[in-house]
Amino acid sequence: MRFERSHTRKAVALAVVSSLVLFTAACGGGDDGSKGNTGSAGGALEGRGPIKFATGKDTSGNLTSQVAAWNSQHPDEKVEITELPESADQQRNQLISNAQIKSTEFSVLNLDVVWTAEFAANRWVTQLPEDQFPDLGKLLPSTVATGKYRDKLYAVPVTSDGGLLYYRKDLLDKAGLKPPTTWPEMIAACAKVKALPEGKAINCYAGQFEKYEGLTVNFSEAVNSAGGVVVGDDGKPNVDTPEALAGLTALAEGFKTGFIPKAAITYTEEPGRRAFQDGNLLFHRNWPYVYALANKTDGSSKIAGKFGVAPLPGLNGPGVSTLGGHNYAISEFTPNKATAADFIKFMSSEERQKANVEKTSQAPTWASLYDDAALNKQFPYLAPLKASIGSAKSRPQVVKYGDVTTAIQDAAYNTLKPNGTDPKTALKDLQTKLSSLITQ
Amino acid sequence: MSESASAVEPTPGKNVRRTSFNEGTGRLAALLLSPTLIVLLLVIGYPIISALRESLYTSGGIGDDGFVIEGTRFVGLDNFAAIFSGETGDRFWNAFYNTTFFTVTCVVLETLLGVLMAMVMHKAFKGRAIVRASILIPWAIPTVVSALLWKWMFQADGIANAVLGTQILWSTEGWQSVLSVIVADTWKTAPFIGLLVLAGLQTIPDEVYEAAKVDGASPWKTFTRITLPLVKPALLVAVLFRILDTLRIFDLPYVLVGPNKESVETLSILAFLEANQTRYGPAAAYATLLFVYIVVVAYVFVRLLGADVIGDARASKPKKNGKSKDNQLPPGTAAATASGSLAAGGGGL
Repeated sequence: MRFERSHTRKAVALAVVSSLVLFTAACGGGDDGSKGNTGSAGGALEGRGPIKFATGKDTSGNLTSQVAAWNSQHPDEKVEITELPESADQQRNQLISNAQIKSTEFSVLNLDVVWTAEFAANRWVTQLPEDQFPDLGKLLPSTVATGKYRDKLYAVPVTSDGGLLYYRKDLLDKAGLKPPTTWPEMIAACAKVKALPEGKAINCYAGQFEKYEGLTVNFSEAVNSAGGVVVGDDGKPNVDTPEALAGLTALAEGFKTGFIPKAAITYTEEPGRRAFQDGNLLFHRNWPYVYALANKTDGSSKIAGKFGVAPLPGLNGPGVSTLGGHNYAISEFTPNKATAADFIKFMSSEERQKANVEKTSQAPTWASLYDDAALNKQFPYLAPLKASIGSAKSRPQVVKYGDVTTAIQDAAYNTLKPNGTDPKTALKDLQTKLSSLITQ
Repeated sequence: MSESASAVEPTPGKNVRRTSFNEGTGRLAALLLSPTLIVLLLVIGYPIISALRESLYTSGGIGDDGFVIEGTRFVGLDNFAAIFSGETGDRFWNAFYNTTFFTVTCVVLETLLGVLMAMVMHKAFKGRAIVRASILIPWAIPTVVSALLWKWMFQADGIANAVLGTQILWSTEGWQSVLSVIVADTWKTAPFIGLLVLAGLQTIPDEVYEAAKVDGASPWKTFTRITLPLVKPALLVAVLFRILDTLRIFDLPYVLVGPNKESVETLSILAFLEANQTRYGPAAAYATLLFVYIVVVAYVFVRLLGADVIGDARASKPKKNGKSKDNQLPPGTAAATASGSLAAGGGGL
């Protein structure tokens, strides 16, 4: 028995060792093929044929009809939609995995506005010659800026997004007030509404303050609305300023004085929307999608028809929204770049954008659509939204965006949470961190 | 197939001196084992070695032209050194502490509750099937789903606050977020221990209990002197699995509380966050450290308590020699178990 056992063990050990050697040899040799240079000249977009369009889960339900319109006109260059998960993080991961193996699977990529720099710097998307996209001038300039990396165009904006101030029109009317345009006005308005018998239990204001991307958006809005910047026009971070301090302090004071309810530190878009819909909030900062949901008369919203929208208030003047939205880019590795470019032009055209906004209420990037009388009647928030997007600032356009947004969230969250740090120290630390992360 | 051939062939040559009987049996054993070994190597060995290799490389960096520098560079142990230095070091040790704290607290609670559940499930009474099924439901729910369920309950206006009559913000930094993770983890995995202990309980013959009754032993004495010792092998395996599992806890803190929250950040989360930023080298380094930690814990656990993980050691030797060397598990077993669980966890990432 003893012999047999050691014998077997030896055989096992040998099998293990020799196979390990084989495996290491195999994996050692596998990775070196990626050294070849695939620099993109950004010139010719060539190649035609059927392509695949990678996009996040289409919650609007209208994308198929948009693509069908293209397919009926281009039978030889059909576009197939590949739906990625709903979560932005997972979309990004999947697009990156595909790019890292230089897959030709996807041709047109639907990118969140904050991914442009990362995808461009990694040469995962092709540089687009601006002269081939003559309609760029008719899009809102702030949205076009999100498609650029180092002044070169990599993506074309198709949908946009901007923050809006939702307010309880019924309560403001009762108190004889107009929607506030500044932060102090908003505080005063809330005090007046709270003096009314109907407004006794209502909370004043909430945005998105949970530690996630929404906090970066809300922090940037507070800083920008107070006249500060997170990253300046020269591409350098500049948050250790009196303006940025005033912006962050306003939020921190809001939490301290109860102007912002304590629970708002856990709010993402949805819990905030629910609080507003349940009639627990007088003012609420959120995206345009809330409008349709809060107006539903099926009982899910207690405030249908009782609210209005206005541009975000600033500290002492009009507020500055943070820009959201999606841009379409062409994968560096697709053989059919000409088709992809045509498809992007098609999707960003006035006709398609109009068709899309009519069906989905997604904010268009085509400037003149915001002045369309029929659309304005259908979506009364278009006018404030145009003001919001028109003056909106994009988040830092940096390659290491993930690290930058984490640093911002750390600073903002640690200040706003109960017994948080002093805003001045937080901004000073943030400046140091951002400076080491953004070295362009 | 070529691997299996090259792996097996050298053995007979080396053992020419052995008798033909043993040689034949050995070769047959090796042949029969080799498909399994190759599968194990593919799904366990290769990922581990690949991760180890990855942890020695780095990529990225932005050139003057604004483009990311292509390819990977060998950096030796720099990725590991970076983990232990400065702010990253503080973060690592915090995550290490959280991981350990979750493991100890959760496993202790789960063991106590699990044994209790097993005792209840083992009793014969009306409606036993319903009780058994309902106890097992949490275990059947995927962790991410249960994390979302608990997140919903722990919302500011959720049922937890309503029932407790409190206004606790569970997902904020501090003891409350730690507690919420512990509650959710215990709820989900105590049934696992319960299930394994129940299996152990069912192997205990009734005669032993009858004898105890005749001798007039109290219920507590019966439990500590009969039930516990006899159920110990099953219990230890269950606890070992839970320890290995909890050391790589990820879904619950990540989904229930959220990423970048100091109070509940664990080693798996750190590895995930690095990988998410396409820094695969540092991510692999974190994963490797976690792997080593799990191996060490598993090894110590097996050596100290002699958990009978694979069961063959007991079968081949009489129980009397319980403490002899042959009855101990070979060190490889612990590593294999740990790596198995890590590989399973890796799949989730």
